[in-house]
Amino acid sequence: MAVKDYIRKRFFPHIWCPGCGHGIVLNNLLRAIEKLKLKKNEIVMTSGIGCSSRISGYVDFHTLHTIHGRALCFATGVKMNRPELKLIVPMGDGDALAIGGNHFIHAARRNIDITAIIMNNRIYGMTGGQFSPLSGYGTKGTTAPFMNIDHGFDVVELSKAAGATFVARTSTYHVKQMVDILADAIDHKGFSVVEIMSQCPTYFGRKNKLGGATDMMTFYKDHTTPVGSKEKKANPELIERGIFVHEDLPEYCNEYDKVIEMAKASLK
Amino acid sequence: MERFRLVFSGSGGQGVITASIILAEAAVLYENMNAVQSQVYGPAARGGAARSDVLISEKTIDFPKVTHPNVLVCLTQTAYNMYNPIIRPGSLLITDSRYVKTESKVDARQRELPLYATVMEKIGNPIVFNICVLGALIALTDVVKPQSVVSVLSSRVPENFLDMNRYALDLGLEIGRGAKQIKKD
Amino acid sequence: MKKNIKFIQGNEVCVEAALYAGLDFFAGYPITPSTEISEHLSKRLPEKGGKFLQMEDEIASLCAIIGASLTGCKVLTATSGPGFSLMQEALGYAIMAEIPCVIVNVQRGGPSTGNPTHVSQGDVNQARWGTHGDHAIIVLTASNHQDLFNITVDAFNLAETYRTPVILLFDEVIGHMREKLVMPEKGEIELVDRLRTSLGEGIDYHPYLPREDGRLPMSDFGGVHRYNVTGLFHDMWGFPSDNPQVVHGLIRHLVDKIENNVHQIARFKEFFMEDARTVLVSYGAAARSALHITKNRRARGERVGLLELQSLWPFPSHIVREKCASAQKVIVVEMNVGQILKEVKNAVDNPEKVFLANRVDGELITPTDIKSIMRLIHGKGV
Repeated sequence: MAVKDYIRKRFFPHIWCPGCGHGIVLNNLLRAIEKLKLKKNEIVMTSGIGCSSRISGYVDFHTLHTIHGRALCFATGVKMNRPELKLIVPMGDGDALAIGGNHFIHAARRNIDITAIIMNNRIYGMTGGQFSPLSGYGTKGTTAPFMNIDHGFDVVELSKAAGATFVARTSTYHVKQMVDILADAIDHKGFSVVEIMSQCPTYFGRKNKLGGATDMMTFYKDHTTPVGSKEKKANPELIERGIFVHEDLPEYCNEYDKVIEMAKASLK
Repeated sequence: MERFRLVFSGSGGQGVITASIILAEAAVLYENMNAVQSQVYGPAARGGAARSDVLISEKTIDFPKVTHPNVLVCLTQTAYNMYNPIIRPGSLLITDSRYVKTESKVDARQRELPLYATVMEKIGNPIVFNICVLGALIALTDVVKPQSVVSVLSSRVPENFLDMNRYALDLGLEIGRGAKQIKKD
Repeated sequence: MKKNIKFIQGNEVCVEAALYAGLDFFAGYPITPSTEISEHLSKRLPEKGGKFLQMEDEIASLCAIIGASLTGCKVLTATSGPGFSLMQEALGYAIMAEIPCVIVNVQRGGPSTGNPTHVSQGDVNQARWGTHGDHAIIVLTASNHQDLFNITVDAFNLAETYRTPVILLFDEVIGHMREKLVMPEKGEIELVDRLRTSLGEGIDYHPYLPREDGRLPMSDFGGVHRYNVTGLFHDMWGFPSDNPQVVHGLIRHLVDKIENNVHQIARFKEFFMEDARTVLVSYGAAARSALHITKNRRARGERVGLLELQSLWPFPSHIVREKCASAQKVIVVEMNVGQILKEVKNAVDNPEKVFLANRVDGELITPTDIKSIMRLIHGKGV
C-alpha cells in the first residue's frame, strides 16, 4: 500500500505551522507502517490534546482523539479488549509528561503493548509557546519570560526507570533512522517509547533565538550521536540517539490471560 | 416476635463483626426472616473499638441502624462504658467476665458470662471466642436456631476449623442456657 | 436454604447486578466507601473471562472504560466523592462522544476528603453539573438491596439505549450495610444489548448520524468500520467541526435525547400516597428513615405518604408536581443542605409548602429526626 493511501486526504493541508517537525513525523510514521505491511484496520491511533495529537485526524486508521494527557488510558482500555490491534499513541511533551506523566509511567510499568511516540518540541505550541517539562533549565517561553528554572526530564532515562521494554530516541533530521526505529517500536511486544526531537521554529525557536527550521534541524544533525559512540565520551553535551532498551518481558494483556486462567481454574 | 435490635461491641480483632454477620445471615438464609447488619467503619479494624448493629424481624426493616438495642453485647470495658447508656431499659446485656466489670446501676438484665475463660480452658484458641459468644447469645434470646448458625458456619469456615467452631458454639449455648435457667429462679 | 438468596453488602449487590447486566470490563482505583466493588470484581470478572484493571487513578479508570466500551464491552467504574471529582473531565468526554458506560459513586461526606466512612448525599448536584458545558445526564439511586440490583441493571440498559454515561449515586449506608437480596433468575430482568450497525464492511458508516428514533447504532471500535471519535464538536463522521450549525445541532441532540425522554427515564416508588396531606420526598438511605416514619405515622392515623425518587436526573418534575398536587406540606428528606429541595420547590405549584428535613453530620437521618421536623412544621413544637 502506498503511504498516501494511509491518509485522509480531505483534511489536508494540515494545521501545523511552516517548518514544524510534526509533518516529518507523520510522513515517516506512515513509512514505518508501510514497511511493516500493516493494514489500516489493524491500527488504532489514540491521541490527546496538542499540536502532535492532531496526527490522529490525518490518518485513515481507527482514530480516537481524546483529552489532554489521557490518551494512554483510553488506549489501555482498547488494547485490553482488542489485543490483536496495534495501538499507536502520538503525544507531545506536555501531553505525555506533564499532564499525562502519571499515566505514562504507569503504562510503562505495566508493559502493555502500546507504542508511545513523544514528539518533543520542548514547548506548548497549541496554546502559544509556554514552557514544557522538556524545555529545560535556562530556556524561555511565554510563561518563562525571564528564564525557565524548571529542569527537564530525560525521556529515555525516565522511560527506562518506569519499565518500558523498548526505548529509543531520534530526530526529524534522521528520517531513515526514524522509520526503522518506529517500525521496531510498533513491532515490539510490550510498551515502547520513541522520543522524536521535533522542531518548533514558531515558538521554541523564536523565543530561544535558535533560527528557523533548517537551523534547528542542523542542530539535531550536529549535536546528536549514535548511542554508545566514542564522540559522546569526547563531548558529553551530545545527545545520544538510537535504541537504548529492547528487551522481551511478559506483556500485560498476556499476563492478564493468566489471571483469567487462574480465576477459571479456581471455580473448578 | 418483637424486633430484635442488637448492638454487638468489643474491640477490633475479637471477631465482633464476623459473629454479627453470621447471626444475621443465619436469620435470612435459614429462617426466612429479614435482617440488616451494619458496622461502624474507621481505622478500627485491629484493636480499636468495634460496633456492629443487627436488626432481625419477620417484617421489612426500613431504618437500618440500632439506636436503642434490646440486646447489647459488650466484650470490652470501653465498649461497656460507651454503650450501656443506650440500651433500652430492662433489656439483655451480655458481657464477658474476663473483660468487663459490670455496674449495678445499669438498668438491664446483665449476664456476666465466663465465655473467654471457657474457650481458653476447653479449646485453647481465642480465635473462636466470638462464636462462643454467639452461642450464648442465641441460647439467651432464641433469635435463631443453633442449627441455622451451624449451617452458616459450614459455608463460611474452612473445613479443618469447622469442628473447633462448632465446639465453641456448643460451649456458648451451654453457658447461655445455664444463665437463662439461673435467672428464672 | 434457597440458593438464590444472598445476605451481602450493597457494594456487592452492585457487583452481582453489573455481572447480571453483562459487565465485561471494569477499571477503578480504591476509595472508601466503594472499594468492595473493586475487590469483588477483581475476582468475579476474570472468572467469567472479563477484565478488571486497577488503574493509577480515577481519571485513568474512567478513560480506560471509555476505551473498552468503544470496542463493544459493557463497562463500569466505581468511586467515591474525591474520585468522582477527578472523573468529571472524562465524564464530559463520554457525554460528548456518546459512549455507554456506568459510573458508581458511593457518596461520602465532602467537600474534599471530608468524611470517608460516613454517609452523605452531597454529590447530587455534582453528578448533574460536575462536568463543564451544557449537557444532560442520567443519575439513578436506590434505598435497598433489591432495588439496588434492579436499578444497577437499569443503568446498563439506559446507557446502551441512550448512548450515554449513567451515574449510580449510592451512599455509604447502602453500600456498606448487609441485607437480603433475592437474586433474579437469568432472563427475569430484560437486558438491553448494544445497538450495532447492520452495515457491512466497505459500506459507509456514520457513527454520529442518529436514526429516525434518535438512537445511534455503534460499530465496535477496531472492527470493520474505521471512524474518528473526538471530544471536540463533531459531524456525523466524528470529525471535528466548529460549524455553528453542527455545534448547535450536537448540543441539542445531546441534551434532547435525555431531557425529552424524562418520562421514560423517570423511576420512583410511592407509599401511602393516595390521600396523603403530608408528602415526604426522599431517596437513597434517607428514604429508609422516611419510610419508617411514614408507616409509624400512618399507624397513628396521620395522612402521611412517601414519594421515593430513584431517578434524580433528569429531574422527574412532572412526577413530583403530580404527586404533590394535593399535599398541604411537602418535606424533602435528604442528607445535604437541600440539593433536591430546590428541584422540588421548582416542580410544585406552591414552593412555600416545601420544607427540608436533613442531616449533614455524617450520621444517617433517623425517623425521630424527621418526626421532630414534621412536628415543628405543623406547629406542634418538639
